[in-house]
This record gives sequence, C-alpha cells and structure tokens, in this order.
Amino acid sequence: MAHAKAQGIDRWALLGDLVGYGGNPQEVVDTAMRLADEGAWVIQGNHDALAVKPPVDDQSLGNSTAQWTHDQLGVSQRGFLKALPLIALSGPLLMVHASAHVPERWHYVDTERAADLCADHALQAYDARHVVVGHVHQQTVYYRGTGHSMMRFEPTAGAPVPMPAHRRWIATVGSVGQPRDHQPDAMYAIYDETAGRMTFHRVSYDHQAAAAAIREAGLPEFFAERLALGK
Amino acid sequence: MKLLKPGEEIDGFEIEACLHAGGMAHIYSVHFAQSANGMRREPEFSMAMKIPRMTAGDGAENIVSFEVEQQILPSLTGPHVPRFVAAGDLSRTSYLVMEYVKATTLETWAENFHKENFQTGLHDRAIARLGAELAHAIHSLHKQNVCHLDLKPANVLIRPNGKVVLLDFGLSCHAHYPDLLAEELRKAVGSPAWIAPEQVVGVRGDPRSDIFAIGVMLYELATGELPFGEPATTGGMRQRLWMDPAPPRKRNLNVPEWLQEVILKCLHPEAAKRYPSAAHLAMDLRNPEQILITERGRQLKGTGFKEHFKRWIKAAGMHYQASPLASRQIKEVPILMVALPHADVSDATWYSLREAVDRSLGIRPGARLACVTVISPSDTSSIESDKSESSVHRMHLARMQQWSQALDLHDHQISFHVLEASDVANALVTYAQGNEVSMIIMGAATHGLQMQRFVATVPIKVAMEAPCTVILVKQDVPFEFLGTLNDE
Repeated sequence: MAHAKAQGIDRWALLGDLVGYGGNPQEVVDTAMRLADEGAWVIQGNHDALAVKPPVDDQSLGNSTAQWTHDQLGVSQRGFLKALPLIALSGPLLMVHASAHVPERWHYVDTERAADLCADHALQAYDARHVVVGHVHQQTVYYRGTGHSMMRFEPTAGAPVPMPAHRRWIATVGSVGQPRDHQPDAMYAIYDETAGRMTFHRVSYDHQAAAAAIREAGLPEFFAERLALGK
Repeated sequence: MKLLKPGEEIDGFEIEACLHAGGMAHIYSVHFAQSANGMRREPEFSMAMKIPRMTAGDGAENIVSFEVEQQILPSLTGPHVPRFVAAGDLSRTSYLVMEYVKATTLETWAENFHKENFQTGLHDRAIARLGAELAHAIHSLHKQNVCHLDLKPANVLIRPNGKVVLLDFGLSCHAHYPDLLAEELRKAVGSPAWIAPEQVVGVRGDPRSDIFAIGVMLYELATGELPFGEPATTGGMRQRLWMDPAPPRKRNLNVPEWLQEVILKCLHPEAAKRYPSAAHLAMDLRNPEQILITERGRQLKGTGFKEHFKRWIKAAGMHYQASPLASRQIKEVPILMVALPHADVSDATWYSLREAVDRSLGIRPGARLACVTVISPSDTSSIESDKSESSVHRMHLARMQQWSQALDLHDHQISFHVLEASDVANALVTYAQGNEVSMIIMGAATHGLQMQRFVATVPIKVAMEAPCTVILVKQDVPFEFLGTLNDE
C-alpha cells in the first residue's frame, strides 16, 4: 500500500479474496473496512464467501482454513464480508473478482476463450468495455486487436501498458501475497484513466512474517511454505 | 480526412503547408498557433503533423497502425527517431505532431547514388557507411524494445552528416505493449518487397526481421534491383521462406565479395542464421577488410533447383518461434572489447587478458570480440618509411592476431582495430560508444592503475566514462609459464 500511495493513486479497488489463506484475517478485514469508508471499491471473492459460510462436510485443505477464518472474525467483520458486492462499475470499467460471466460461479479468466466470454458479458450486461479481474494469481492483459477475439499479453512489471478507453480489454491484476510464478513479490496494478495506461507492479513484502503468522495460527504448513516459493 | 488549408488550427497547432499527401496519411508542416493573449510559442525545432486519411473506404488496419504509431513514438528517444511533440485523442481528432527532420529519404538518396555511381564503378564503401549508420539506428530501437518491422527506403532518412533517422512506426512492435496488429490468423503485416520470411507467416517482434530488411536495402543499393521483387500475393511473399535471391555479384560484378557475404547473411531465410544483432552487422560494415569471406560471398551462380526444392518442402511446415523481449535478445549476443596494451607489456599481462577474454566469451555464445589497441600519433610518420602509418598498423594488427591465436574462439567472430590517439582512455570510451560495446576488458597494471593515487589513470577514466561494464584484469600467471608465452 505504501508503494501504491507513493504513485499518487486516487482510489483503491480491492478485487476480493481478502481472507482465505492468510494468518491475519482480522487485520486484513479491518483494513478493508477502513479503506471502504474512505471510498474504496471492495468486491467479494470466493474465499470471502466461504469464510462467511464455511462448508460443513467438506474437509479439503482450502476449506479447512475457511472454518478457521470464520471463527477468527467478529460479527461485524463477517457482516462486512457478507455484504460485499460481486461487482462494481465505474463508467466503462467493471470490477469483479472472477469472470463477469456469472460472477457467483467464480469462473477463472485464464484463457483467451474465457476472456471472450467475460468481455462479452461485461458489455451486454453492464455496458462495460473494460474489466479488471482478480481470482487468477497472474498478471495478464487480454485485448482486442485487429482480430475478432481476445489476444493474451503478459505485461512486464513496472512498464506502463497502453490500455486506451476506446478498446475493449480485460486485466487480471494478480494477487497481493499469493503469486504463482515462483517469485514471492506481491502483485497489483494501477490504472491511469486519463492517460489510458495500466502499470502492473511487483512489490517485495515481508513474506516471512506472513508465513510465521500462518504457522502461529496453526494453519497447514503448505500455506506458509508457498509464500516464499511463489507457487 | 480532407486536405487542410494553411492557417487552419487543430488543438493549438496552425497548419503551414501540406508536405506530403500519401495513401495512408497527410503530412503538414505546422507551428504553434497564437494563444488568446496574442503570444506565439516558438518551437525548439521544426514540426510536422501527421493526420491519417481514415475515410470510410480505408481499411481498419490503417486506423490501427496509426494507433500503434501513436503508442510507440512517444516512448522512443534518441537521435535516430523524430522527437515526439503531441498526439490527438483518437476518438476525436487523430493526429501526431513530431519533429520535422530535414533530410533526404533513402529512396531519393539511392536514385542519386545510382545515377552517379553506376557509370563510375560501384562505391561499395559508401554503401557500407550508409549500411552501418542504418544498422546503428535500428540497434537503438531494439535497445528500447521496439522492432520497426516496416523498414524500407521511404522510411529511412539520411541527414546531411550521414546519420540516419527512422520514420513510420505504424507496423512496429513494442515488447512492453499489447501488439494490436497481431491476430489469431497470423497474416503477413509489412511491405512486400522488404518483409522478412518470419513476418510473412505472422511472427512479429523479432529484431532480426529488421536485419533482413536492411539486407534487402543493401541488395537494392548494390545491384539496383530488389532481391525478391515486389510480390503482390502471399504466395509470392512466401518464396523467401525457401528461396535464396540471385547473388548480388551475379547481377553486378562490381559488388565486392565481402559485401555479398554481408548482404546474403542478412537475407538468410532463418532468422537464427542472420546477424544476431544490428550492432554485429554495423561492426562488419565498418571493417570490410576483416570480413571472413565464404563460398556465399564468392558465388556467382544462385542456389540450384534441387536445393531450393528441398527447402521448399521444408518451408511448407516452417515454424517460427515467437521471440522474447527485443532488448533481452540482443543482450544475449553482446560485443566484447579487449584493450590490448602495445608497449612494455609483460607475458603475464598478455596471459591474464587472454584468460579473462576466454572466460567472458565462454559463457556468451554468439558474442563477438573486438581487439583494440591505441597507439600514439607520434608512433607513425609520413616521412620515415618504417614508421609509415600502414606498416605500423600492420605490425600492431599482427601482434594482436598473434595474441588471439590461443583464444578458444569456437563460433565467436573476432576483429582487430588500431586506433591512433593521444588520449588513450578517451579513444577507448569513444570506440565502445560508437560500436555498441557491452563490456570492456582491459589490463589494470599495464595501464597504470597503481598510479591512481597521484593521477587519474586510464583504467579509472575508462571505468568512469564507459557506457558499459568494464573488467579490470590483474596479472595472474602460473610460474612455470613465465617467459614462455610471448617470444618477441
């Protein structure tokens, strides 16, 4: 957040999955609540939904943490997560955790086909030409060039990418703290609406402290380990 | 868009005159319009405005390529591109304002060149000089992660001082930006006469595609003809995936072998067999006498039918790999430079420098080596015959060649250069700058590093001012080799 603030941002958008794998859910939700008060868009992710209502009989690795997270959170925090919207709209820009195609089904936008579906839905249902998405833990741009379907582009961290207003595009901005590309650095992106440019960033953070919190909480070792490995 | 009249205004720019009404765009000379308070801003340089025609009849590609240029031009810096001034909002009025470079296009230059030179014999040195400047300009784009992909004589400007400026980035590809011209069907994007084979099958973003286009232009300059003609169909363009053009010497016997060697290397159907970077090409063109001439350079007959037929079969299934970032690709094939001392040098120094060069080349396949020595202008004399410039240079070249004998060169290209200058450090740094050198290797002791306490020594001056990494080699020689290494 300090890195983004230094770039002079006007408004935050948190694209969901505030909680789920981490060892400090209370702290995270409190921060999100504070940001929301200050005008941030906060979107619900699948892990947030799970934490509100953990599955009863499913004991898979991911879901076991949902119960733990649920127990950690206070009533107001759970209420906050529960009340989060699935989408937010700002002019031609749609913000959503997973695909705009049936958001509550949490479809991944990880292929050009999925991007096509997502973009078409965004346009039809919300009249949105641009979509920013979380869910997949990767930084990717899908854009429409001269062809008829979406093309995939992998941005270079720190290099501004032209994403002009008149074009249709989708950006998956990656995740803060759960990268999957074998580098531990956190991912986020800044969109400059006036210039029509998005810059994807990688920022180092104290992933050892985050891992320690996970271990201290007694969560599975795997969740602590993967932070440093970035997978 | 209809033609604008002098005096008309767009976003604070006032039209002076129409410079060019091309198929894709109109180009006007412009100046800053008078502002409300009656003041007029004076520009630092002449300006030109480019406005796409974009009438209903024009294809979508015209509009997209204008958008591509509008994205890429502002990102480029350096003396080889027109300076960017302003861009219009694409959804309202599209335009680009940039520096108006007063220079001749290669198109015009080549016409005059042919008129003057085809009677008097070919001026191959002039072609080499121009080619080197062109390659140098392209290299500066590649370093900025941009591949031009539409190089042709109309897009190359030559300033009166011989330096080259590149125009028209409408089909270019910036590795940091989504490529608007790429599409799933992978069709050919480029100008048929100059397009590289991999572009024909839709691969965009390989810096070596630009090397191919330089090859076409050099071919044209040397022979007056295009190597593959100007095909009108995709099938015609696909020819270059398997066909070698007629050797330039077949069309013009005045073309020297070294120039043919260079041209045909640029025009190789496989990108990996061309020059790996424009800097390598520039270096060859600056040192024609050091080019290793193979059968390719000597041949007068073209490639035979049988060979072409084999390659035609192969080309049907040709698959080109998409390339990584342009800047990374050219970094993998650097030019290393070793500064060899020429006087008072111990065996140990020669040995240590050779060790260091061997190690540095060993981990960089495809790198090339330039061996440089700086001699004082007083070493040569125009009066005494044994000190004549050429004989002194020959002596130093021979010494360097002898030094290089024991190097493990594999497929590394090597060349030797004698510079005459009184300021050694400055000569080395200037040479490194002019030749896109990525690393300088030099001896520490021989250049007086131990005197640094008292005066600014050559190694420290070079290290401070060089545009690249500098390795200072300290002597280290096994005792048993002492006295056996350099029997001069």
